[in-house]
Amino acid sequence: MIKLKNITAGYNNVEVTKNINIAFEEASITTIIGKNGCGKTTLLKTAANILKAFKGEVILKDRNISSFSNKELAKKLSFLPQIRKVPNITVYNLVMHGRYPYLDFLRVPQQKDKEIVQKTIEDMALGKYINKNIYELSGGQRQKVYIAMLLAQDTDIIFLDEPTTYLDINHQLEILEIIKRLKKMGKTIVMVLHDLNNALSYSDKICLMDKGEIVIYDSPEKVFESREIDRVFKVYSSQITFEDEMPKQYLFNLK
Amino acid sequence: MSISFGSSKISLSEIFNAMRQGDPGSKVYKIINFVRIPRTLAAVLAGCALSVSGAILQSVLNNSLASPGIIGVNSGAGLFAVLIAAFFPANIYYTTFAAFTGAFVAVLLVYYIAKATGASRMAIVLSGVAVSSFIGAATDTVLTLKPDVVMERTAFLIGGFSGVTMDRLSFAAFFIIIAFIVALILSYDMNILALGDETAKSLGLNVRRFRFIFLILVAMLAGAAISFAGLLGFVGLIIPHVSRFLVGYDNRILIPVSALLGSIFTLLCDLLARVIFAPYEIPVGIIMSFLGGPFFIYLLIKGRRGQLYD
Repeated sequence: MIKLKNITAGYNNVEVTKNINIAFEEASITTIIGKNGCGKTTLLKTAANILKAFKGEVILKDRNISSFSNKELAKKLSFLPQIRKVPNITVYNLVMHGRYPYLDFLRVPQQKDKEIVQKTIEDMALGKYINKNIYELSGGQRQKVYIAMLLAQDTDIIFLDEPTTYLDINHQLEILEIIKRLKKMGKTIVMVLHDLNNALSYSDKICLMDKGEIVIYDSPEKVFESREIDRVFKVYSSQITFEDEMPKQYLFNLK
Repeated sequence: MSISFGSSKISLSEIFNAMRQGDPGSKVYKIINFVRIPRTLAAVLAGCALSVSGAILQSVLNNSLASPGIIGVNSGAGLFAVLIAAFFPANIYYTTFAAFTGAFVAVLLVYYIAKATGASRMAIVLSGVAVSSFIGAATDTVLTLKPDVVMERTAFLIGGFSGVTMDRLSFAAFFIIIAFIVALILSYDMNILALGDETAKSLGLNVRRFRFIFLILVAMLAGAAISFAGLLGFVGLIIPHVSRFLVGYDNRILIPVSALLGSIFTLLCDLLARVIFAPYEIPVGIIMSFLGGPFFIYLLIKGRRGQLYD
């Protein structure tokens, strides 16, 4: 369980998030939504200990997050930044980087690390790209390789900053299905999404933010019914239900 | 070969004989022991150190134009060398030590200025430029006030291995070997750092600490090399690129390969410098730029076609 207590954070002394209190549920998908610049990424980075808060504390397993060593923490939580480099290395080597926190002083991967990396690459259906350079892959495939690296890191908590942005619809849905599978494996997933329909249909919890504060933190259904999305984004939202097992879909129009 | 050729030629069999007899009185033995061997070692060490420091810096700063000069190594070493020549001309022997210290001081200065703004890659490059120009001005001031050290300065700027002695070399060799071993051990961490600050941090790498360690390694390698060889900065820029072109971006392979190619290239340049206009010598720095420049342009054009650089 990971909890944020009275977190105020930002960059260069400018406060972006103010006095945030939130606890993320285990083995579930929480999605943070909100307008550009409302503090979604700042909140995510603070929770992942990438960014140090000005005030307040992040509690992981009843301990302050800063009491963990870098490597200890990297075995408990992983973070996929929104903007990443495209390194000039093979798929195998990038996924192997996920094992970095587990390597000993000589940094030589052990048999166990190699097995985990091999299995992860196969699970993600990346087998045929294993020796390809990341440069040769499409954006969607690159995203899958990065998620494979996170899986090799094998943490209980996974933070994803806009994992589907810039991807075609097929890759967007593929990534979201992978995320759903992670939840079934018992992982706690916290992500930022811009696509509200995907956010509402794939998440267990929605955290709606506005001007650096949390407006509402509840199930997608409750958040939809509260009409806070309409107020914050200045849109009119409607829900489409289907007769069979299909999840509900959401439509948004300008007010 | 490098031991054999020079202003006065010594055949390989003569070398062998002289070394076997070990007659300290013979002319050949003296040339070999006091001129050729130190010189060969100097070329190998300098080539290795400058190439490895360039490879580390380009990877850590994610900047393919980075060479040790960019973080103040050259200017720092230059200032201290000139200061010694200007104010303690009797102690010219300490130039090696002074140049090394100067390089180190400059890099620390660059890092701490950059740290005040968060030690990002750009901050390091920019404060490197600022510190270098400031130190350069200080050097020029000394040169204006003490014009008689200009000659010393020119030799230092061009760089070369004539006049390298074994004891000057062993001091620098110590630092180069230590730094090279540490760089090999940390080459995997360098790969992680190359993923970008946020990804590296989430993988458990202490980004600031490692960036600092790598800068210190660069200062040790380049500072030590410059201290006996002068400014041969060009090796540090092109050899890592050539190596990357050949073996790719994995620092675990790139660093040893850079070390090897850098040594060979420098040795070759020094050899040419000695024999082209024998018995006269041209400074190795000049040969290096004449050979390296066109070759580098060739690589750039070829790399562009293969989309090596974006």
